Amino acid sequence: MVENRPLLTFLSHFVVLSGVVIIAFPLWMTFVGSTHDQTTMLRAPLPLWPGEHMLENYRTVLFQGFGTGAARTPLYVSLLNSLIMALGVCVGKIAISIIAAYAVVYFRFPLRMLFFWLIFLTLMLPVEVRIVPTYQVVASLGMVDSYSGLIVPLIASATATFLFRQFFLSVPDELTEAARIDGAGPVRFFIDILLPMSRTSIAALFVIQFIYGWNQYLWPLLITTREGFYTVVMTLSRQVNTVDAAPTWNWIMAMAMLAMLPPVLVVVFMQRQFIKGLVDTEK
Amino acid sequence: MNKRVTFNAKLLPYLLLAPQIAVTLAFFIWPSGQALWQSVILEDAFGGNTRFVGLANFERLLSNEGYWASVRVTLFFSFMVASLGLGFSLLLATMADRVVRGAIAYKALLVWPYAVAPAVAGVLFGFLFNPSIGIVAWFLNKGIGYEFNYVINGGQALFLVILAATWNQISYNFLFFLAGLQSIPRSLIEAAAIDGAGPVWRFWTITFPLLSPTGFFLLVVNIIYAFFGTFGVIDAMTKGGPARATEILVFKVYNDGFRGQDFGGSAAQSAILMAIVVALTVIQFRFIERRIQY
Repeated sequence: MVENRPLLTFLSHFVVLSGVVIIAFPLWMTFVGSTHDQTTMLRAPLPLWPGEHMLENYRTVLFQGFGTGAARTPLYVSLLNSLIMALGVCVGKIAISIIAAYAVVYFRFPLRMLFFWLIFLTLMLPVEVRIVPTYQVVASLGMVDSYSGLIVPLIASATATFLFRQFFLSVPDELTEAARIDGAGPVRFFIDILLPMSRTSIAALFVIQFIYGWNQYLWPLLITTREGFYTVVMTLSRQVNTVDAAPTWNWIMAMAMLAMLPPVLVVVFMQRQFIKGLVDTEK
Repeated sequence: MNKRVTFNAKLLPYLLLAPQIAVTLAFFIWPSGQALWQSVILEDAFGGNTRFVGLANFERLLSNEGYWASVRVTLFFSFMVASLGLGFSLLLATMADRVVRGAIAYKALLVWPYAVAPAVAGVLFGFLFNPSIGIVAWFLNKGIGYEFNYVINGGQALFLVILAATWNQISYNFLFFLAGLQSIPRSLIEAAAIDGAGPVWRFWTITFPLLSPTGFFLLVVNIIYAFFGTFGVIDAMTKGGPARATEILVFKVYNDGFRGQDFGGSAAQSAILMAIVVALTVIQFRFIERRIQY
């Protein structure tokens, strides 16, 4: 720093550390809640320190399921659904966006700009503003309660297309010329040169879109009616809002931990790609 | 935006665009057109008969006191989420930027809430503030004698969804503020320090103005987030209640259209929300164009 002010440095550390502690507090309490038995969790005040029932809570939630309705399905089913949905959305978005961007950048053809603006429009139409008619389309295609219904309607992506377009525009023309002189056609050029060069962009997008897909809530809520297709976030929310019985907080908190863990691990361990993705998708 | 060297192919570009365009048309453009269409027609209760009613759905909506209540809740909610989130994360980012040692560790400790789904954030805060067993609610009730029960008190419920929504968005704001702070040239700060400006004075006269583009960008993003990204928080925690105290517009569209089966009213609300997103997106993009010139 520009000057040495021990007091100010101390203050800075103090403020940031307090921030970290305050922000982490809900996570800590969730973890603590997932390690106690049911009787402890019905009596205020709750302990601030983990108990001894962690393994048994997680085992119950994951493999047996509990309570009524959604949560009676063992949670590994919901976790698997979330994983399929997140990976499907992720891979689908990246695949159709990268080829769309390739078409827009590397070819001249009639209606090119029209298509470009059509893709751009999707930015302005989040699911939240067209709930009922989108549901009607999916229902009329017979895609309610299916993985394709969970995944396909979400894979159009203006941000991913823009990101790849931006990247392709920065690729030197000399490469394309060299490839053409060597006799490579458009498909060969894409697979052998452009795709390997896009690795870092793909990784960055993957992290962002995985979190996006995993954390979807409104969409699965609309189009799944069978517990076998519920995602983990949905199952959790349903179980909290049961009206017929007192919530079993120790199990619910174990479910919450399992619902948070995959995306949090992805962000923490792929932090560099995550930050790159966050910044790039906003350009 | 044009490449000098391109490929010649008649059919290939259309094939490459086909999947993206098909999904866009089927699940974005067509339903949005439907929403706009449904907002100007009236369907009788048994289906079948529809007739064009012009702006009658909008008139009905705009003369409804419940709708305006929801508008007020949404505006207050968005204002609070944006200002609390920006204020708190700016403070954290400024302090984290000051410390040389530990900055990277702090970053790692502050990014993870972004990965938590809004609905899960709702569950977490609902648990902390649960009137019968929540640790924070217990502390408020027993510790300092403040009666806290968000299940029956609308104001407290609104406070709680604001808190959860802000918490969920903190890391996003923090990362962008920190990046903004780190892009400010050190030489400027050092020059000011040599001229005798203290840290607080430097912050207000150099850092803050240079950070304003980032701040403005984040403001727009946060408003969009508060309007459209917080459905999960509300649905998992309060379901718009108690007595509609936390019913923001997006939740109302869902509730009226999907639960209440009022398609005309829901479609009119969708149309209004669409206009809001379009306006916010245009602001965001115009601003980003400017930022590139900086």
